[in-house]
Amino acid sequence: MKVLLTWLREFAPIEGDPTELGEAMSSLGMAVESMETFDFMDGLVVARVLDLRSHPSADRIQLVDVDAGDGEPLQICCGAFNMAVGDLVPLATLGSTMPNGMEIARRRMRGEWSNGMLCSAAEIGLGSDAAGIMVLPEGLTPGTPVAEALGLADEVLWDLEINPNRPDAMSVIGVARDLAAHLGVPFSVPRWVVPETGESVSEVASVEISAPELCGRFVARVLRDVTVGSSPTWMQTRLSLCGMRPINSVVDVSNYVMLELGIPNHTYDLNRVPGGHLGVRWAREGERIVTLDGVERDLGPTDGVIVDADDTPIGIAGVMGGASTEIGPGTTDVLLEAAWWNQRAIAETSARLGLRSEASARFERGADWAINDLATDRFCHLMSEMGATVTRGHIDVFGVIPERPRVTVRVNRVNAMLGTTLDGERIRGLLEPIGFEFEPGSPADAPVVVVPSFRPDTTTEIDVIEEIARHHGYDRIETTVPRSPVAGHLTGYQQDRRRARRLLVGAGLIEAMPLPFLAPGDVTRAGLRVESPVTLANPLAAEESVLRPSLLPGILNAIAYNESHRNPSVEFFEIGTVFSAPAPGEIVPTENEHLAVALAGREAPGAKEYWDLLVAAFDAPGATLRNQDDLPGLHPTRGGVVSVGDSTVGVVGEVDPGVLEAWGIPERVAWLEIDLGAFLRSEHGAHRYRPVSVYPSSDIDLAFVVPDDRQASEVEEVLRDAAGPELARLVLFDVYRGEGVEPGSRSLAYSLRLQAPDRTLTDEDVALIRARCIEAVEDRLEGHLRH
Amino acid sequence: MTLTDEITRAGETAVAIIRGASSLEELKAAEPTIFGKKSALGSFKRSLGGLDPDERRDVGRHLNTVRAEVGDALEERRRELAAEERRRLLEAERLDLTEVPTSPRLGHAHLVSQAQERLEDVFVGMGFTVAEGPEAETDWYNFEALNIPRWHPARSMWDTLYLDLGDGDNVVLRTHTSPVQIRVMQNQGPPIYSVMPGRVYRRDTADASHMPVFHQIEGLVVDRGITFGDLAGTLDAFTSAYFGESISSRLRPSYFPFTEPSAEFDITCVICGGGGCQTCQRTGWIELGGCGMVHPNVLRNVDIDPEEFSGFAFGFGIDRLALMRHGVEDLRQMFTNDVRFLSQF
Ligand SMILES: [Zn+2]
Repeated sequence: MKVLLTWLREFAPIEGDPTELGEAMSSLGMAVESMETFDFMDGLVVARVLDLRSHPSADRIQLVDVDAGDGEPLQICCGAFNMAVGDLVPLATLGSTMPNGMEIARRRMRGEWSNGMLCSAAEIGLGSDAAGIMVLPEGLTPGTPVAEALGLADEVLWDLEINPNRPDAMSVIGVARDLAAHLGVPFSVPRWVVPETGESVSEVASVEISAPELCGRFVARVLRDVTVGSSPTWMQTRLSLCGMRPINSVVDVSNYVMLELGIPNHTYDLNRVPGGHLGVRWAREGERIVTLDGVERDLGPTDGVIVDADDTPIGIAGVMGGASTEIGPGTTDVLLEAAWWNQRAIAETSARLGLRSEASARFERGADWAINDLATDRFCHLMSEMGATVTRGHIDVFGVIPERPRVTVRVNRVNAMLGTTLDGERIRGLLEPIGFEFEPGSPADAPVVVVPSFRPDTTTEIDVIEEIARHHGYDRIETTVPRSPVAGHLTGYQQDRRRARRLLVGAGLIEAMPLPFLAPGDVTRAGLRVESPVTLANPLAAEESVLRPSLLPGILNAIAYNESHRNPSVEFFEIGTVFSAPAPGEIVPTENEHLAVALAGREAPGAKEYWDLLVAAFDAPGATLRNQDDLPGLHPTRGGVVSVGDSTVGVVGEVDPGVLEAWGIPERVAWLEIDLGAFLRSEHGAHRYRPVSVYPSSDIDLAFVVPDDRQASEVEEVLRDAAGPELARLVLFDVYRGEGVEPGSRSLAYSLRLQAPDRTLTDEDVALIRARCIEAVEDRLEGHLRH
Repeated sequence: MTLTDEITRAGETAVAIIRGASSLEELKAAEPTIFGKKSALGSFKRSLGGLDPDERRDVGRHLNTVRAEVGDALEERRRELAAEERRRLLEAERLDLTEVPTSPRLGHAHLVSQAQERLEDVFVGMGFTVAEGPEAETDWYNFEALNIPRWHPARSMWDTLYLDLGDGDNVVLRTHTSPVQIRVMQNQGPPIYSVMPGRVYRRDTADASHMPVFHQIEGLVVDRGITFGDLAGTLDAFTSAYFGESISSRLRPSYFPFTEPSAEFDITCVICGGGGCQTCQRTGWIELGGCGMVHPNVLRNVDIDPEEFSGFAFGFGIDRLALMRHGVEDLRQMFTNDVRFLSQF
């Protein structure tokens, strides 16, 4: 919402430094996004275009002769072609400085002198139009400074951010009221006098509300002898500065009243409304209307419409008028509407049609229903100054208007919420200037306040407490720090997750964080077999329409990105959520936190190392790894599943070469992905103390020839089992295939350290264990000791 | 030549041999020829037997003296040679440390993780626990429970991503971590002192300051007698703890459906220290997040009596903090996973 200081001053004597006034508005919750003053305009004068000539040696610039006040033609070179002879334009004279710091000097352009610069609206801070030279309103005197001609000498323009709970501040009077209360100066809205003539409005127009819950109030007036021309300069200037393009006198006045009072209003060409009759009802299925913007729109039973005497829709209530009754150049009689519409109905229609207007924005936040008559008077007042006549009286029909809530405000509750010590008098002093009325005779410690009609957001005690806090000043509330009775801590899971992160960072990996969105083909391209991945209903782009069922595709994207930027062999890890279709009976998708390790340029054993690292770090006694062919996304013969106890928690191996090719990754990628939640939910982290034996240990080496279809992990399992409690350490130190070992088998060499906690093992003890191990491998794995 | 002279000469010869040895091996090889039974000095012992007792005593004493001198010479030479040998070995191992190629493997936690852990640590120190929850939520948890009914105009404050689960628009990717607040209040009840960090989603086109996916930390306190002053004080205490003593906070009125009174939470501009600069648009303040007193409707939605308990909540972006801390200009850089970026932190 843009507001001008001079406009605010029409309702309250607001004085002060513009920056401080801006800070005051920010402290009231109307944050200043930008502030402009117009004192830079020294040297910027009104000039009249006398002649337009083509430049002898350039197509893109023309020569413009202007009268800068002395009646003499002054030659300017100009790159815009939008002005005509006779137009008034802003001229930056020689020696002046533009807001962007450029100094204007006499200079030659392609051999022709330019004695200044003609400016666009954007160049001089009067709006955003940078397309052509700004054409100033008629009636200004050449040579006059533009700031003076437009009445901007003392002007300040603030752009305010208005929160959704402040519909009142969507108007000049609303901002003026709030600021006046803060500054402690009086605020008032004048009663504009409208000279009325001729017949009574009810003789030429009528309004019927058939949907009272939709339309709370409908005020109509009729104007005659209207000339659709241009509005006065001062009005055009204000509208432009506030971001509305001047169009014609009727549209400009309509917008002016909306900005000033916050009451959107609509005008009909009376002669195009049969019998001057307007009706209000809900639209019917299948009805259509062409709106002012020329678009034909389908209507439905949740849309409010204004209909004519034939029950034909001629406007969408509160959103946009229809084309059929639009004011045109020849319009002389105007039927004016200032209605109040149900917030929710307007919000739904506006959202359904994707049609947002200044009017709908105000109605859906909640407009004031108490000043619709005032708004029509203001409209008629401004039009009558331009020669229109106004018929007598208003049509004023009511539907269901909201009640003004009566709210009990407990003084001790106010202080309990805010941490203040305000008394009843102070509270009254804060609320009354912003329109809250105190019901006479209500208790002093719990007064009943009546909420003003322009604050539909305020219905309960806490809403009023916020108003008290706002006008008391947030910065005046004394700060305190509550003492937490809770011992701050992380959960076990959160600590474990941090440990995993520290472990992997310590091992030299980089934590990646790809977006969890995938393109539709990514899941299958990554070799994942997911029946129906979770998809977005309204993605911004198709490439971001699928929620990842695995961390693999995102990490592959990250690796591919780095490969293509000459950074091969990156080693990443990620901890993040993956999604799968809702479990039966559930509404929301299943989410699991996964941990992945991806080592570009390394083969499967690299990933296995990280699995072992995790198992060791988290002391997961039940952890196992089992080879498995054809795992989704993995190299078909270089993959395995990892489990803890009975539950499978993930996969380890190497990414399928075909998948890597699809991603354009030219090197192998070792891959580990586990469900971190499942891993950490299983038994882990005991790190139980085992006494360090004081007795000497014995090492024996055993090499077994074992068929290839027996996993090494099985041998290990058998050895652990056979060796018994005296096995202190078991290490696979060599794998051999080739001469001396029968085909289809390999030799696995293990080093066993044997030790007892309570005695020195004898040679017989060691021999016994050795024999048990050999026998177990022979019996259970069809292996034999290598000779 | 007397035996004494012979002994003296043999001693001199032995010392000459010792001095002439150029390595420990040579010295070791020479040892038997000096002290061995067949050596000159070794043979004199036998000759002593033929002398009279007086002479034997004098010559014997002389022999012992010479042997001791030779022994000393041997020991000295051994030390010299050992020292030379050590010097030679060490010289052979001389290393220019600057010419050694190394590739230290330094891992890196993501900037967002680093910032999130730091934030959690500050709040844990202030007596908060850390709560987490799902990223896909029902409309009720993300909006309705937070006092944002379906038709509420404030819904437009969040551009929401909906999931296509064949049930209309009931499931959303959470637009804030506030649903976790609801879950904590449902599951636990007061007193609550918790922060909720996590990933959130908006239907926003990525640009320098927006991402469709980013990270937030919210805080929730619900207890007896909690006031707006407590909110302001807690945020101020956090600000000093996280950003440093010179950085303070202020609150400005704002609007959120789930808090009332609501506020924007500004901190002293960390770039200029409050003097005014480009980053803070010359105001000296940076907007960090939103906060307010928990709306009574929200408390009622989770069966907490707003007359008995009150609370405050706050929230702000983690990514932006990380950005500010390291002077990163474009939010998108945080998520390209470019190792040239990630390995800077
Ligand atoms: Zn700054």
